[in-house]
Amino acid sequence: MRKPRTETVTRWLVSGPPFLFLFVFFALPSLIMVVASFRYPGEFGGLAPLVATRAGEEAGLTAENYGVFLGDWIYFQILTKSFGVALLTTLVCLVMAYPLALLIARSPKRHRDFMILLVVLPFASNFLVRVYAWMILLGDQSVFLRPVNYVLAQFGIEPVSLLFTGFAVIVGMVYVHLPFMILPLYTNLEKHDPVLLDAAQDLGANAWNRFWRVTFPLSLPGIFSGAALVFIPVLGMFAIPEILGGKDDWMVGNMIKEAFLGTRDWPFGSMLSIMLTLAVLGVAALAAFLAKKGTARA
Amino acid sequence: MALLEIRNVTRRFGAMAAVDNVSIAIEPGEFFTLLGPSGCGKTTLLRMIAGFDLPDAGAIFLEGRDMAGTPPEKRPIHTVFQSYALFPHMTVSQNIAFPLKMAGKAPEEIHAKVKEVLALVHLEEKGAQFPHELSGGQKQRVALARSLVNRPRVLLLDEPLGALDAKLREEMQIELIALQRDVGITFVFVTHAQYEALALSHRIAIMNAGRVEQLDEPSKIYGLPVNRFVADFIGKCNILDADVLEASPSGLKLEVKGLGEVAAPPREGARKGERGVLAIRPEQVRIGSPDTHHDLKNHFTGRVHDLLYVGDITTYIVELPNGTRVEALLPNSAPGRATFFEVGDAVRVAWRHDAGNFLRD
Repeated sequence: MRKPRTETVTRWLVSGPPFLFLFVFFALPSLIMVVASFRYPGEFGGLAPLVATRAGEEAGLTAENYGVFLGDWIYFQILTKSFGVALLTTLVCLVMAYPLALLIARSPKRHRDFMILLVVLPFASNFLVRVYAWMILLGDQSVFLRPVNYVLAQFGIEPVSLLFTGFAVIVGMVYVHLPFMILPLYTNLEKHDPVLLDAAQDLGANAWNRFWRVTFPLSLPGIFSGAALVFIPVLGMFAIPEILGGKDDWMVGNMIKEAFLGTRDWPFGSMLSIMLTLAVLGVAALAAFLAKKGTARA
Repeated sequence: MALLEIRNVTRRFGAMAAVDNVSIAIEPGEFFTLLGPSGCGKTTLLRMIAGFDLPDAGAIFLEGRDMAGTPPEKRPIHTVFQSYALFPHMTVSQNIAFPLKMAGKAPEEIHAKVKEVLALVHLEEKGAQFPHELSGGQKQRVALARSLVNRPRVLLLDEPLGALDAKLREEMQIELIALQRDVGITFVFVTHAQYEALALSHRIAIMNAGRVEQLDEPSKIYGLPVNRFVADFIGKCNILDADVLEASPSGLKLEVKGLGEVAAPPREGARKGERGVLAIRPEQVRIGSPDTHHDLKNHFTGRVHDLLYVGDITTYIVELPNGTRVEALLPNSAPGRATFFEVGDAVRVAWRHDAGNFLRD
């Protein structure tokens, strides 16, 4: 059936601007990044020209950046470590968020909105301010650490330091990303039909079995979307390792930032971005696949 | 000894008693029905038997043992929920295996029993399917199979046929009767559908406002209702206000306002001058042209006010001279004949002297 002309026009008027926006500011830059990753760096940052303007100048296209990446273990190690941090953050977030999401979902309806408001309230203050606050909380002079170190000193043990360690990075990551795990979990758990738990209990299931055999499997789609919302941003995060971590806690995000702003090697930074994007897409595809498998039954 | 005894059970929600001093004894192998309008307390009573709710007063005994301290998962009582409550993430077989797994049965035994009960509910082919792939009737059967598979002492059914369409509902009623007879498990069935209760049950408890109004076999409930509520709730009933003129062991003589004297069957304890109602079923009322039915003790002339043709029978609503309307059934047994009378026709309605019941209000 042919659609009336006005409907087609309206559709283009509505979907056109966002489409154009995404094309100009997302698709096109992505393409530029791909091309940039195959070029030579300019002398003072930026990119070298595609055609040499004087003798001896590096110009044109090269796969050299990818060669460097694949030729040195360190890049693979940092990428692996980034995956490790993202995975650990996701797991800690899941363990912390699940009981809270369950509590909110099973609370009386009139309390739920307020509890959700409390969960998203941290977003109201600046991200960097909140991360810097952790510098004080984890610092050597913090009210939490000083008594501990005082007691340790009595036994002649060296004082411990938390700031600028991998531990501080995980704390910061979990703190910032926890709401992204709570919200999808809550959305899922809130939809569960309570009569299913009655039925399970009626058929002989104790509280443990009611959770592991009914609530948990039904919440898998929520777990997958929460995990994706935490895992992917953590993987590319550079601010938290930079503020709370030490030099050994660098992640792939820090390398990209350093390539662009530090060594001013744009092609190398572009190459790293593309490798990260490919890794993220791989994880997202896996998550989507698992979530689909989970929801197909629900 | 009764299998399940409900002794003086009361459950209050605020000031309202949802279940008010109810005592019922249910025998082994019985198909027992709790019947009443919505809000009469039947579902609250069912939840207390299952263990999801506890009585404020009174007690529930299963095989002589007080159930008060036993949580639902420990009671050998299973429920078929109105919405079926099948686990959406499990296959039909996994759903049915659930209670067996919870009871810690061996995998071979689980496999054998699931197969056996799938055959019992005619779903042999559906074991590997998920609930969302099944029709309403099939889901119903899975819910039944899941509740029956580890042979509970009592099976509770909470309006289990409520979500099915009329034809399927009738089929499932017949299946339920056969199933209950085959497995021999005591069924406690909750419904507000009176015909379903009459068709399925060995005994029925009619509930109203938290109390049991009458507890008896279906034919007694229908034929000898003890009060106006039961007469009105079960089936259709003509209710005529009446005063007792004469009471004797052989019968009652009643005065129905505007109609005159009516003969009715005897009623224990009825005294002269007592006020009440005469309840008479439409199928007990004969209808004919004005010159017929002189042989019956009670006969009155009137006009057809309205009629309702439903195929096998026609219900005629006849207006009597005093303005009372009486319903009479007439089977359409003559071939090709839809109606015998039309609206406005003069007719005679009549009933036997031993038909109907005098009830106190």
